[in-house]
Amino acid sequence: MQIYVCVKHVPDSAANIHILGKDKIDERVAFLLNPYDEHAVSEAASLKKVNPDSEVIAVCVGKADAEKTIRSAMAMGADRGILIETEESCDSMKTARALSAAIQKDGNPDIILTGKESIDAEGMQTMFRVGAIMDYPVMTNVVELNITDQTAKVTCELAGGMTRTFETTLPCVVGAGRGLNTPSYPTFPDIVKARKKPVETIDFDSLGVEPPNGSAKIVGLSPLVQQRSPKEITGSPVQIAKEMVRILKEEAKVIS
Amino acid sequence: MKTIGILIETDNGIVKDANLGMITLARQGGADLHALVADGISDETCAVLAEYGVTQIVDLGLPEESAQRLNPQVRAEYAVAAVCELDLDGVFGLSTAEGKDLLPRVAALLDAPLVMDCVAVDIKENIGTTSQYSGKVMADIQLTGEMLVFGIRPNAMAASASPVEAKVLSPDLSVKKQSNLKLIAWEEDTSSDGPVSLAEADIIISGGRGMKNKENFSLIFDCADKLKAAVGASRVAVDEGWIPYAHQVGQTGEKVSPSVYIACGISGSVQHFAGMKTAKMIIAVNTDKEAAMMANSDYCIQGDLFEILPELIKQL
Repeated sequence: MQIYVCVKHVPDSAANIHILGKDKIDERVAFLLNPYDEHAVSEAASLKKVNPDSEVIAVCVGKADAEKTIRSAMAMGADRGILIETEESCDSMKTARALSAAIQKDGNPDIILTGKESIDAEGMQTMFRVGAIMDYPVMTNVVELNITDQTAKVTCELAGGMTRTFETTLPCVVGAGRGLNTPSYPTFPDIVKARKKPVETIDFDSLGVEPPNGSAKIVGLSPLVQQRSPKEITGSPVQIAKEMVRILKEEAKVIS
Repeated sequence: MKTIGILIETDNGIVKDANLGMITLARQGGADLHALVADGISDETCAVLAEYGVTQIVDLGLPEESAQRLNPQVRAEYAVAAVCELDLDGVFGLSTAEGKDLLPRVAALLDAPLVMDCVAVDIKENIGTTSQYSGKVMADIQLTGEMLVFGIRPNAMAASASPVEAKVLSPDLSVKKQSNLKLIAWEEDTSSDGPVSLAEADIIISGGRGMKNKENFSLIFDCADKLKAAVGASRVAVDEGWIPYAHQVGQTGEKVSPSVYIACGISGSVQHFAGMKTAKMIIAVNTDKEAAMMANSDYCIQGDLFEILPELIKQL
């Protein structure tokens, strides 16, 4: 199988995000492989275990520094990487076009895996666009994936723990959810080995991607500040509960 | 946007309340509103949509068979066919669990820009406000193009009525091809008095480390039952196995904007706040007065939730 994994280089979720100017963030924070993409890479590695003649290719759109994320994916099991390099920040329409073009140029995917969303842009849509461009079926928040021959049986999670199961043909696009697996983190020898694996760098513009007929552009960023001034409710449990009921009825007006 | 298609979510044929705030928002630019309804149109559906300002109610005419009707790709293809047939230039839908699997499909098929999970939309400038960086930042994202798609976070906007006359359209939609994505098994939420979904809930009561064990969560469930609230949880409570992951609120769980969020025994990590900061009112109950949740609440109660919750259940 040829297994492609689309990965993104994102600020660490624990990092403090500082806004520069009106629409940029200070990128002098730790960046890493998008956590949901870790599940995708792990799943690719397990697929390879079952199908040993498979190849796992990590593909990323980003700045030169994003090679680190490809190296992380390789330490977790990807065999090689493709970095589509650009200094610009791309919206999902551009990113999906670039990913699709690079994948189509590189090989013939049996499956494309990625995380269900990135923790920086939280856009939740790039995989659907890749699927639409390549005419592959797409499933998101996948928690179970079984492949036999050219058929995938895929379980996705909805709200409240409800699930849906799909059957589809390969190739397809799978957006990994947190329940898909427990990523196995690389050992030191894995990390060393990953340093020697090949990463091909492609200049974004050299892909000759047609500009999309629309765009999504960040025009302003602001920190989500808390402006709450807590009022204390005191008294006996009976008095506290009484006051809570009053607040819910009279102030929040959510109960009658 | 001159003509906006609104993807209506229903629950057993009833228009979910969360649609009404979205319609109120879509109405603000004076666009002509088309409701795109996938699950059949009753008199009640027409009445409620017209009351909130929808002038045209479009029956997407999906196949009756559940495996087809519930398949998000089939739904997306019919919605896109309607958008093209009726020459709409905007699409609004809810960022619910359903919407997260539907709206990006619609946007991808239309090859149109989309901003998901908007807590506000500036209709004149086509700017959607959404959270980024695990909820630490609010981003204003401007869409350009001939067709624009906005996903709206449930409860982000209060609904207000604006009655109009509505007519029902049943266009003959040509849906090009059969998707090779087959839905083979699903769970349907058939009980209308079943648990309230987190994303859409008007009231959420959540438990964290302070709940101490799985059994104690029954207090939260009992209280939720009385309040008709959804039950949330912090990551700690989920990781401890006290409650399933589907209840997790936060950066890696559900992001919610209820009218009231009652946090019981939740200290208030940055990651948890990322999922509920936009709640209109936060009520925190904690033994620790210094907990971040207490400092960032509207009402804080320092006390023992095992004394307060039973009393609250009694009084509701």
